[in-house]
Amino acid sequence: MQAAISLKEVTYETDKKQIIQGITGIFKKGKITAVIGPSGAGKTTLFRLCNGLLSPTGGNILIDGKEIKAYDPVSLRRHVGIVLQQAIMLEGTVRDNLHLPLQLAGKELSNDKAEQIIQLVGLETDILNQNGRDLSGGQKQKVSIARTQLNQPDILLLDEITSSLDRVSKQDIEKRINQINRKHGTTIIWITHNLEQAKSVADEVWVMMNGEIAEAGPIALLNHTSNDAVRRFVMEEEL
Amino acid sequence: MSFIALLLTLIFVLIPLILSKTLRLGLEKDTLIATVRSIIQLFAVGYVLQFIFDSENSLYIILMVALMIGAATQNARKKGASIKGITWKLVLTFIVIEILTQGILLGLEITPPSAQYIIPLSGMVIGNSMVLGILFLNRFTAEVVARREEMELILSLGGTPKQAIQRSLLASIKASTIPTIESQKTIGLVQLPGMMSGQIIAGADPLQAVMFQLLILFLLLTTAIVTSIMLGFLSYPTKFNERMQIID
Repeated sequence: MQAAISLKEVTYETDKKQIIQGITGIFKKGKITAVIGPSGAGKTTLFRLCNGLLSPTGGNILIDGKEIKAYDPVSLRRHVGIVLQQAIMLEGTVRDNLHLPLQLAGKELSNDKAEQIIQLVGLETDILNQNGRDLSGGQKQKVSIARTQLNQPDILLLDEITSSLDRVSKQDIEKRINQINRKHGTTIIWITHNLEQAKSVADEVWVMMNGEIAEAGPIALLNHTSNDAVRRFVMEEEL
Repeated sequence: MSFIALLLTLIFVLIPLILSKTLRLGLEKDTLIATVRSIIQLFAVGYVLQFIFDSENSLYIILMVALMIGAATQNARKKGASIKGITWKLVLTFIVIEILTQGILLGLEITPPSAQYIIPLSGMVIGNSMVLGILFLNRFTAEVVARREEMELILSLGGTPKQAIQRSLLASIKASTIPTIESQKTIGLVQLPGMMSGQIIAGADPLQAVMFQLLILFLLLTTAIVTSIMLGFLSYPTKFNERMQIID
C-alpha cells in the first residue's frame, strides 16, 4: 500500500518540552485514518508538522514520496489541507470565506463552484450570503471543510472537527467526509476523541500517547490490542 | 521677554507646589524635577540652536538632526522589542521621512535652506514620527497576538506571510494614523496649535502664523502615513521564518 505521508524518526521539541518523540509510520493513500489518544499526546502538533505550519526538529517527513522540505510551503499546504478545530470564520459572508483559498491564489470563485462546494458539505445554497460569524458551530465546521476542500487537497487533515457538535451534526459531517474520500480518493487523517466515530468512519487507526505511536494498524485493532496502555485508554473512552 | 518676567512665571510652578503640599498629593518632588529639567533642557537647546544659527554650518544641522533621530529611536525601540532589528528599522524610517519632507520643502523652495527652518521642522517631523511609531508598534504587536489563529488559517490554506498578516498590518496602519487625521478636523476650534500661538505671541502676523501651521499639519499627515507604512512593511517579515511559519 502506497503511503500518502511517511514519517521517519520524526521529533518535535520546543524550549520547554519534547512534544513528538521519534515517530515512524505511514498514513496510507486513499484511506481514512483516525488518530486518537489522550490530550497532550502530540496529535495536533503532528498535523501541523504534516501541513508545514511547523517543521520537525529531527527526522524526516515524506509527502507522496517527496521530502517535505522539497515542497515550497504554499504548494505543500494546498496539497495537504487542514481543517482546524476552531473553524475560524473571517469577517464577511460565507461566500467571502469560501473565496479565501482561491483569492490567496489570485483566482475567483464562480457562483456554480460556490453552490457546488456548499452542497457537497450538506448546506443549502442560501447560506452563501449569510455572515460567516453568525453560523452555528456545525455550519461553521462544514464551511470550514468546504473552504479547505476548494484547494482540492490530496490529503485532508481534520483536527477534532466535530468535538463540540451534537450527534446529528456529527453524523452528517462523517457522511460528508466519507463522500469526499470515496468521490475524490482523498486521503483523510482525522483526529477524534470519539472512539465510536473512529470505528464508524476509519479504515486505519493511530493511537498516540506521550508523543509516540502506542499502536497503529487496521481500526479493528482497537478491539484486541495487546498494549495495556491502549487497552486502558480504549476502555476509559468507551465508558 | 525679560529674565524678570521669566522668573515671575515661576508663580505657575509655586501654585501646584502649594496645592500639592496642602492636599498631600505628593507631587512636589516630581513637579520640582520636571521644572528644573525643563529649564536646563530648553536653555541648553536654546544655546545650541543659537550657536548653530550663528555658525550657518550645514554639518551642525546634520548633527542636530542625527541627534534627534537617535533620541527618537531610543524612545520608540522599547515598544518594538519583540521585532527583530527594530532599532535599524526605526532609524531607516526616520531618515526616509526626514529626507522626503525636507526634500520637498527645500526642493520646491517652500522653506528657505537655513537652520532656523530645517531644525524646528525636522524636530516636529521626527518627534511626530516617533509618537506614530510607538502607536503603530503597540497596535501591531497586539494585533498579531489577537489575530494569530486567523493568520494561521490563511497560512494553512496556502497564503503567503504577507497575505496572512495583511489584515493586522492594515488595521495597525489605520489605527495609528487616524488620531493625526482626526485632530486636524478640530484644529483651531478647541485650541490654537502650540506653534501658531507661539508665533502670534512673538509678534508674527496671524495669517503668516496660520500658513506656517498649515504647512506643519500637512507635513504631519505625510509623516503619519509614511511612518506607519514603512514600519509595517519593514516589521512584518520578522514575524515569519523562511518556511512561512509564524515565529512565537
